[in-house]
Amino acid sequence: MKRIALLGMPNTGKSTFFNRLTGAGARIGNWPGITVDLLSAKILLGDAMVEVVDLPGIYNLHGFSEDELVVRRFLESQPVNLLVVVLNATQLDRQLALPLQLKTLGLPMVLLLNMADEANKLGVRVDAERLAQALGAPVCTLSAKFGSGFEPARQVLVEQLHRHPKLQLADKAAFGQDDSIEQELTALVSQSVSAPVQLPASVTDRIDHFMLHPWFGLPLFFALMFLAFQVIYSLGTPLQDGLDWLLGSFKDAWLLPAAQGLPPDVRSFLIEGLYDGLGTVLTFLPIIIVFFLVMAVVEDSGYLSRAAFLMDALMHRLGLDGRAFVMQLMGFGCNVPAILGTRVMRASGLRRLSMLTIPFSLCSARLQVFLFFISAIFAPSIAPLVLFSLYLMSFGLALLTALIWRRRYTSREPLLLELPPYRLPTPRFLLLEAWRHARQFLRAAGGFIVIGVVLVWFLTHYPFDAAPASAETLAGRLAALAAPVLAPIGLDSLLSIALIFGFVAKEIVIGALAVIYGLGGNELANLLAAKLDWVQAYSFMLFTLIYTPCLATLSTIRQESKSWGFTLLSTAWPLSLAWLVSFLFYQGARSLGF
Amino acid sequence: MTSLDQLKPHMRGIITDLHVGQELGRRMAGLGLRPGNTIEVIRLAPLKGPMQVRIGHTDLMLRRNEAAQIGIRLAP
Repeated sequence: MKRIALLGMPNTGKSTFFNRLTGAGARIGNWPGITVDLLSAKILLGDAMVEVVDLPGIYNLHGFSEDELVVRRFLESQPVNLLVVVLNATQLDRQLALPLQLKTLGLPMVLLLNMADEANKLGVRVDAERLAQALGAPVCTLSAKFGSGFEPARQVLVEQLHRHPKLQLADKAAFGQDDSIEQELTALVSQSVSAPVQLPASVTDRIDHFMLHPWFGLPLFFALMFLAFQVIYSLGTPLQDGLDWLLGSFKDAWLLPAAQGLPPDVRSFLIEGLYDGLGTVLTFLPIIIVFFLVMAVVEDSGYLSRAAFLMDALMHRLGLDGRAFVMQLMGFGCNVPAILGTRVMRASGLRRLSMLTIPFSLCSARLQVFLFFISAIFAPSIAPLVLFSLYLMSFGLALLTALIWRRRYTSREPLLLELPPYRLPTPRFLLLEAWRHARQFLRAAGGFIVIGVVLVWFLTHYPFDAAPASAETLAGRLAALAAPVLAPIGLDSLLSIALIFGFVAKEIVIGALAVIYGLGGNELANLLAAKLDWVQAYSFMLFTLIYTPCLATLSTIRQESKSWGFTLLSTAWPLSLAWLVSFLFYQGARSLGF
Repeated sequence: MTSLDQLKPHMRGIITDLHVGQELGRRMAGLGLRPGNTIEVIRLAPLKGPMQVRIGHTDLMLRRNEAAQIGIRLAP
């Protein structure tokens, strides 16, 4: 098996190239001696099977960040046929430093000048031949995003693999070298790159004039966020209602008649357990897709680093930084990648404080619970506002947590962040993202959500002679144990069962409720509206928002912090805070007469 | 001779030296903050927040206390 290592600085489109080259077959692999997982894929290039490894983005081969150590350790221990270095063609003035350092490793190398379209627009001209001569490596220009120049670049990789059929290890001496490449870099840039000295005022500058305005920047940020959730809500809910109607019709027309002859317990398990439980969860598929499409646009646009710029002053005072705020935003999708994202932070105090705040971020699984409750209990005119209030609450609690714990986790880490130009994602990329998240959601629904739903059905129906979900069932007894704690915050016994399962994953909560009440979709919503007033519902939502990170998030926190003590704190702190906030809200609202 | 944090928006200067440790120095160099390069201040975030600077075709944000460690000769 041949091996290609893909390298480059951050923000060069390296991953875009990797995805285009390898298709969807990438998997996360473990490498001996390397603690971080690396993305790799096996593909056919020419007539050879090749393993392509996507190494983390680095600024400097001799740097000290975790990513830079990973790359060094990989190159020290793993032989390769070819190094493929992806560079942003608009920023060659500084990025050529990396291939100059890599050259000393003595490995065959190919240079890919990516974002050729942007470079053209900016009037950057590159003398590829000269560059190739100076670095002793073929140079290709391409746009990995739009695909132009991709085929020729692929062809060059095939040729180079033929020319270098043997796996080679890097020259170890090169790693110990200190870099004195500054003069070399200046000479190389002046020989091979020509760019206009004064850049024309770009679209990005004009947009930033408003987005990063000293007074309007932050209000604009919150307005944009509100707009995004308005879009998700107004596009997603009709689709959800449609899917719910479809599932309900199927149940009435086919499923119920077909299940007529079955024994009552089996029928209850199949219909009120599996079908209602899973079906209610599945109705969220369209809204999840819309949600992640909006997230993909925001993430790809380059706006997130602007959010870091706008919020850094505040976050800095709380012992965090602008990146922690961006992770908070990423956490809206799922907390797990946001926790993993804190790897870019070097100071352990900063990293832990960020990890403590991220679970308050209202993830897409909690969004499902809230959408269901809000549309069941609140009027459509104020529904988006109620949802937005929960997002603000999520921010507020994260900030409060940082404020309280910042003295325990102090750090002094400089912040250096690139502000890339604004970009629009391609339709192809959006489609892939939508597909990826739909698949993930369906896999979860087919996996742990089924298990959860089956367990809830069993708990609420055993012993089988008791009335479903009554006090005599296992669920009823469990709820009685929790009642002294949960009654003061307005949660009845059946809601608390759903919360217990929500600890594993919040995706289960709605499915669990459907099973507990033996109703799916719209019928469940109507029942909840009849049983709960808005104070109870909001208290339930507050508790669900805060109470504990899901199991996947906790295990990620454990893995990243390598500390059981910190993991315990990450569970206990939100749990106490959740109870306190819900208690204050519920008792406060009640004493005000609501 | 002055330092980067003293520059106002739209002012340009040439980096003369970096008074930072080796680790941060290498990271800065990777992003184009090297002696000899021309740097322009684009804008300052309010409440003593970070500053946005431009070196060549790269826009960066950095905090003012790191900017204070970067020596600058004002460009004509």
